[in-house]
Amino acid sequence: MLFSMLVPVMAGPFEDAVAKFANDDYSDSEDAVGAIATSGNPLAFSIISALQDGRLMADPDAKKIYVTQPDGKSIDALTGAAVASVPDSAAAVRLNNHLRRAVEAALGGLTLSSPDPEKRILAAQSVYKGHDEAMLPLIDGALQKETNKSAKQALTEARAAILLFKDDATEQQKLEAIATIKARGDQEALAMLTDVPADAPPAVAHAATAAVSAIQQRLALWSVVQNAWYGLSLGSVLLLAAIGLAITFGVMGVINMAHGEMVMIGAYVTFVVQQTIRSHFPGLFDYSLVFAVPLAFIVAGAIGVVIERTIIRFLYGRPLETLLATWGLSLVLQQAVRTMFGPTNQEVANPSWMSGAFQLGQISITYNRLWILCFTMAVFAILLAMLRYTALGLEMRAVTQNRRMAASMGIATSRVDALTFGLGSGIAGIAGVALSQIDNVSPNLGQSYIIDSFMVVVFGGVGNLWGTLVGAFTLGIANKFLEPVAGAVLGKIAILVLIILFIQKRPRGLFALKGRAVEA
Amino acid sequence: MAHVLTRSLDRSATVFLLVVAAAGVLIPLSNLLLPAGSMFQVPTYLVALFGKYVCYAILALSIDLIWGYCGILSLGHGAFFALGGYAMGMYLMRQIGSRGVYGNPILPDFMVFLNYPKLPWYWYGFDMFWFAAIIVIVAPGLLAFCFGWLAFRSRVTGVYLSIITQAMTYALLLAFFRNDFGFGGNNGLTDFKDILGFNIQAGGTRAALFALSCLGLIVGFLICRAIVTSKLGKVLIAVRDAESRTRFLGYRVESYKLFVFTLSACMAGVAGALYVPQVGIINPGEFAPGNSIEAVIWVAVGGRGTLIGAALGAIVVNYAKTVFTSGPLAPYWLFMLGAMFILVTLLLPKGIIGTFNAWWEPRKTKRLSELAESAAREDGVSEPKMAE
Repeated sequence: MLFSMLVPVMAGPFEDAVAKFANDDYSDSEDAVGAIATSGNPLAFSIISALQDGRLMADPDAKKIYVTQPDGKSIDALTGAAVASVPDSAAAVRLNNHLRRAVEAALGGLTLSSPDPEKRILAAQSVYKGHDEAMLPLIDGALQKETNKSAKQALTEARAAILLFKDDATEQQKLEAIATIKARGDQEALAMLTDVPADAPPAVAHAATAAVSAIQQRLALWSVVQNAWYGLSLGSVLLLAAIGLAITFGVMGVINMAHGEMVMIGAYVTFVVQQTIRSHFPGLFDYSLVFAVPLAFIVAGAIGVVIERTIIRFLYGRPLETLLATWGLSLVLQQAVRTMFGPTNQEVANPSWMSGAFQLGQISITYNRLWILCFTMAVFAILLAMLRYTALGLEMRAVTQNRRMAASMGIATSRVDALTFGLGSGIAGIAGVALSQIDNVSPNLGQSYIIDSFMVVVFGGVGNLWGTLVGAFTLGIANKFLEPVAGAVLGKIAILVLIILFIQKRPRGLFALKGRAVEA
Repeated sequence: MAHVLTRSLDRSATVFLLVVAAAGVLIPLSNLLLPAGSMFQVPTYLVALFGKYVCYAILALSIDLIWGYCGILSLGHGAFFALGGYAMGMYLMRQIGSRGVYGNPILPDFMVFLNYPKLPWYWYGFDMFWFAAIIVIVAPGLLAFCFGWLAFRSRVTGVYLSIITQAMTYALLLAFFRNDFGFGGNNGLTDFKDILGFNIQAGGTRAALFALSCLGLIVGFLICRAIVTSKLGKVLIAVRDAESRTRFLGYRVESYKLFVFTLSACMAGVAGALYVPQVGIINPGEFAPGNSIEAVIWVAVGGRGTLIGAALGAIVVNYAKTVFTSGPLAPYWLFMLGAMFILVTLLLPKGIIGTFNAWWEPRKTKRLSELAESAAREDGVSEPKMAE
């Protein structure tokens, strides 16, 4: 506020305008905003933005106006001189919606000359929304000076919006404006073009309708892309949750109902890791997931091995009993976590590199979903390579295909079973780390995924990871395309019914094992 | 008929039926006739509680019939139970009439609240008891028939079948939670006033409902016994133990399975219908997959493949649940339940009754053969050696 000291105190349009705020009248305030915005006074921006935020204080008795700065200090609106305190008789200048729009447009004009291109773009966008004719000279002036490409684009669009609704613009200008807005092609462009009055010249009205339908088509296409992206994202989550299940089910024929609880444990490991990092090494917070992934794998994997050694191995050949026992186990694990951490949701934060989103065409892609998709594919690739190229993978495949033959060949099948179960549980733990980033971490986390995971495995077929991959993405995408048509719940019901019907056709899933392994 | 009866009633079955019949007569009588506070008087809340257990016992019987004797593990039997319950609930809702909060003579309260212009077509007829009673059996039966027809024909077996039955009840859970589905959304159906003109809260009605539940258990038990002791039952057991072999021997395995699955669903529906007036509410929570699995564990605890065990398991486990969840041990109930799942499958795979039978049967046969031997010695003939 150093420069404000240089402003000479003298009566002029600016001073008159500022004094109008003391009248506490909406139309006076609006006049004042217009006058201040065009006055070129360096205090104009801080006065109008203070008005927008309710920080502009007017003292009706002394006819003095004050600006309370965001840092709490106050200045005199006329001179910019710091004041010790605002008198008690001063009250915030009131706003109504009409005035608020005038304020936004005025601010847009004022920041058009801001040195920061980001701010210039925002200002141009707010002019675009308001398309106030009075802003046209400002925009024209800014356009001539503008060097930044995207700011220039925004200004051109703002200019087009103004011209489109300017009564005395030529038909040619209006047609060009429509073309510019059409090129923008988003919801706002659509809204603007549908607002073109019906009594516009026929050529203009015609061009506007054509542009509207073109934009609608493009938006429909983008919504397909968006649904596909949501579907991929859901599919990656399903794949991550189901892949461990597919391994244990495929190799051991064991339905592990406690699989969801392994996911839940993974999420809680993330929570504990983040708590530890927060209290001891706050600087490492961005790396919390890097620590959490191996730890979750080890914890969940170890629990898995223990479960296999103490419960599951006594139940081989009795898949239905295994199902019941693991269900009981899931109840115990849930209740144990509930006792230890409480039944409420725990807060797990996104590291900075996983929060936020970026814009791709007309859709916005959040970083956490994108990372989870990449992470899932990485896990899948590693798992596939492990099955293909390692000794354990070879043994696991052998046991999947023919347990007795594998045993005869000297493979320690019970060791393979324990390791497989540990591996499947460990991967569920990793899935929990990823899911903790997008879902509530509570003792019920696992339950919400277990039925979906089963559906993926049953749909994709057993003993083939590719089946799980295809199953997960098919279900994810189908779900997200049904959702806008049928609603979230009905879409889900439709998917379940479709799977039940699908099972009739292919009782062993999309990618069923063939040959002798089938009856085993 | 007499032949079927004598065949299906061995000594333990007769004892079981007598006990149930005695309970069905004595408990209501003691509740109604003895003065309140007397040592032998069963309080009304206990009558309702026992009635609930008996309904669970019928559900357990229906599960045991398909799981214990035919090897079909349904994780969706709660859905049939709830469907039967909803059918009864709809009848009870229509009986409220204009006594609801909004006083609409036709529309139940939740429909007025949700601005239904008129009664949905699938609520027609539920003002008549006989219609509701038919739907109680037909609705679950039809669902089970369609589901089973699709599943068994394409030879969906084992865990696959279990998983898709679970998906079925899950889908129904989601559907019934919707307000626009026309069944009261997540609040379900409640605030019942009377049944067949009798006040549903009255002690007499409760006692009668309890007696009816016991009657239901007896009839259900007799039907199950008649089936499992018949030739049909033998085929079912063969399907359970060696499905492919049974098929190769020329039996239409899927027809047998379909028949017994549908029958079992009807039984579950009746259990649900008896359950709802006694607890006074039916809501979509009954469709939760967890409920169905819990019902399976009753059977496992009591002993699968022993009908008495199933009924007994339902009563024992639910009694334990009541004791645990109402006392200071409430937080540990899920540990208990989980441990029960694990321990029963690991250590007591035959359940209580099955284990008892396994311990008792050899002694019984030994005693019988000793008796026969001594009798033979007196007669001077030696028993012919059994072939194989």
